[in-house]
Amino acid sequence: MTLSSPLPADDPAAASGSHHGHANHTLTGFVIFLLSESVIFLALFAGYAVFKMSSPVWLPAGVEGLEIREPLLNTVVLVSSSGVAWLAERCLKRQQLVGFRLWWLLTMAMGSFFVYGQAVEWLHLGFGLGDGIFGSTFYVLTGFHGLHVITGILLMGLMLQRSFRPGNYDQGETGVVAVSLFWHFVDVIWIVLFVLIYVWQRS
Amino acid sequence: MSSSVSFDPRVLKTPHPVPGAPDNWKRFFSFNTDAKVIGIQYIATALFYLLVGGVLAMIMRGELITPPADLVDPSVYNGLYTMHGTVMLFLFLFPILNGFNNLLIPPMIGAPDMAFPRLNAAAFWLFPVFGVILMASFLVPGGPSGSGWWAYPPQSIQNPLGHFVNGQFLWILAVALSGISSIMGAINFVTTIIRMRAPGMGWFRLPIFCWTAMAAQTIQLVGLPVLTAGAVLLLFDLSFSTSFYRPEGGGDPMLYQHFFWFYSHPAVYVMVLPVFGIFSELFPVYARKPLFGYKVVAIASFGITVLSLIVWVHHMFYSGTPQWMRNLFMVTTMLIAVPTGIKVFAWIATLWRGKLRLTTAMLFCLGGLVNFIFAGITGVMLATVPVDIHVGNTYFVVGHFHTVIFSTITFGVYAGIYHWFPKFTGRMTYEGLGKLHFALTFVGAQLNFIPMHWAGLMGMPRRVASYDPEFAFANVLASLGAFLLGVAMIPFILNIVSSWARGPKAPPNPWQAIGLEWLLPSPPPAENFEDDVPTVISGPYGYGLNKPLVENEAHYVARALEA
Ligand code: HEM
Ligand SMILES: [Cu+2]
Repeated sequence: MTLSSPLPADDPAAASGSHHGHANHTLTGFVIFLLSESVIFLALFAGYAVFKMSSPVWLPAGVEGLEIREPLLNTVVLVSSSGVAWLAERCLKRQQLVGFRLWWLLTMAMGSFFVYGQAVEWLHLGFGLGDGIFGSTFYVLTGFHGLHVITGILLMGLMLQRSFRPGNYDQGETGVVAVSLFWHFVDVIWIVLFVLIYVWQRS
Repeated sequence: MSSSVSFDPRVLKTPHPVPGAPDNWKRFFSFNTDAKVIGIQYIATALFYLLVGGVLAMIMRGELITPPADLVDPSVYNGLYTMHGTVMLFLFLFPILNGFNNLLIPPMIGAPDMAFPRLNAAAFWLFPVFGVILMASFLVPGGPSGSGWWAYPPQSIQNPLGHFVNGQFLWILAVALSGISSIMGAINFVTTIIRMRAPGMGWFRLPIFCWTAMAAQTIQLVGLPVLTAGAVLLLFDLSFSTSFYRPEGGGDPMLYQHFFWFYSHPAVYVMVLPVFGIFSELFPVYARKPLFGYKVVAIASFGITVLSLIVWVHHMFYSGTPQWMRNLFMVTTMLIAVPTGIKVFAWIATLWRGKLRLTTAMLFCLGGLVNFIFAGITGVMLATVPVDIHVGNTYFVVGHFHTVIFSTITFGVYAGIYHWFPKFTGRMTYEGLGKLHFALTFVGAQLNFIPMHWAGLMGMPRRVASYDPEFAFANVLASLGAFLLGVAMIPFILNIVSSWARGPKAPPNPWQAIGLEWLLPSPPPAENFEDDVPTVISGPYGYGLNKPLVENEAHYVARALEA
């Protein structure tokens, strides 16, 4: 119970909670942040479901439904990018910096593909933000999620740049763990969104 | 459990203050990452807004001293109460309590600073930004929003001016930013308490103030995202033609009420829990007795958190809520009286046969407790569906929540200021001026808020600039009380300013209190204990038990005296 033993930040004991370094409270704080973010999404999902179930007319006039094929491709890409992020993280833990950078870049590319796909979809939809509750919920939900994807890509860029800085290894690793947590979170949110918006089109 | 807790202070080495930041009074105007500086920045800015909100209140009470609307016209009156309510809640109470968190949490748990010092400073600097945004609504065409601090649609999403920037737009922006700032703060406080306690400080050796901070910040983390999301949707409806709350487009204004009250009911506990913490810290000190039922009081805080998050519908009893739902929420609301009652009994038992020292801080605590018991009774009345249907839109409600928000919460804030002032400024306050402040505030609050209950029971509606002459006498009394509260600010400000400038030097532990913060010099150095963090060996309220709080206590006492 004394403070005599010097602890490296990535000591396995640190993870068990018996001792902790800066790395550890960064992650604690980050997890708390994600929990609080999931409350926002939960509130928006609940609102969406209530509207959907209680609205006599759902789709705006002249709109048949949403095309599902491209969004499905997009979903597959985004979900698999979580696996790629995990591969990158594993390389970093094994000190394989080059492998880390390659997998990490691939994750970023897959995220960008998703954003591109969504932008193309938005441009071709036959309704707008002002077209009733369907337009409002659709754009705000997918837009808010898209904002998270873009944030994730930017954060990954930051981590990538950090990996080129000498002597900042430990700190970089905490950041990478946090960012991939964020990325998995964004993916899970997307899966729920995809089911709510695209799969559940007919009531 | 206590053995699993330890903190190595060497891992947190953010330089304090930020390199290049000034070391004199100018540091309070800089981006400083020292939690103590940030705490004082919060408190000073919040007190400024208390004056702003108070001036708005006095204009309203000036209007209400006579039955007709002669001083300001009714639409201006709507703007006044909207701004008054918003300023008092979002620019005074939440920020000032964050100030207390910043000042108290790190020294109380033996940490050098918050877990994320830079995030902390960033969260603070959003506060002047959204303060100015909100104040700007007095200057834009159309004036401030008139739809109350609750901002219900459809009123709040009408934009008769067609301008993009109007009072309502600024209001939503300010509230959303304040939400983001508070979430940043909550992450920081919770992480700090979980991660950075001194060796030996297990959960059941944690001061109650830290327990209540955890409980209150948990509400912020669960509730605020919902309010912030609701406010952003409101902004979209107001300015980008979405239909979330517009029935014409398939939306529903009730959705907003759910979003709003899911947070805004528990928000009361975000404000009152820290005050419960202050009461629990101060009563033992000034009664020289251990806190009665420490563990139960600690756990009751989380009981309040959980219950407060599931009672919001009681604010919607008269907006078309089905009867079964009303009954359900009536019961959950009344359950809150249980953990709250436990705390009240614990305080009374702590005071029982204690040797009371009636310092200014203690007077504010005792006054606050008396007022709170009164407010608790009227609160349970309001939770009862038939009573609420009856008086829900009358001055009875205004009287009730001011008794909570002013006569309890603000009293607790004053108590905290007088109690910890010597610790953080190194100067004693003047007790005479303090007692005058207390006497004026106590009398003013009773004169102000008791007649409001009475007018409400007689049927005076709230949110009106003019009223039936039968309520005139109650309103004259209330207005006199309000002006008295304005006068009470004079000795307070005088006291704070003059004692800080040239009050008597404060010893490290002027009240002979037990707690890690009192083992530090007054004022504490930048990183509190720095590399010399004490090991805690007993609980925080051992008054009269003759047990040291930490290992080698004499060393820390001597160190504090020397500095
Ligand atoms: C910490 C201090 C205070 C807080 C947090 C606070 C908060 C509020 C809030 C939230 C409202 C909105 C009312 C509603 O829901 O109808 C309000 C209204 C009002 N407050 Fe305060 N208040 C404080 C102190 C005062 C004081 C000291 C006075 C008297 C001088 C006062 C006088 C009023 C009046 C006259 C209204 C308008 C009521 C109506 O027309 O319905 N407030 N306050
Ligand atoms: Cu409530």
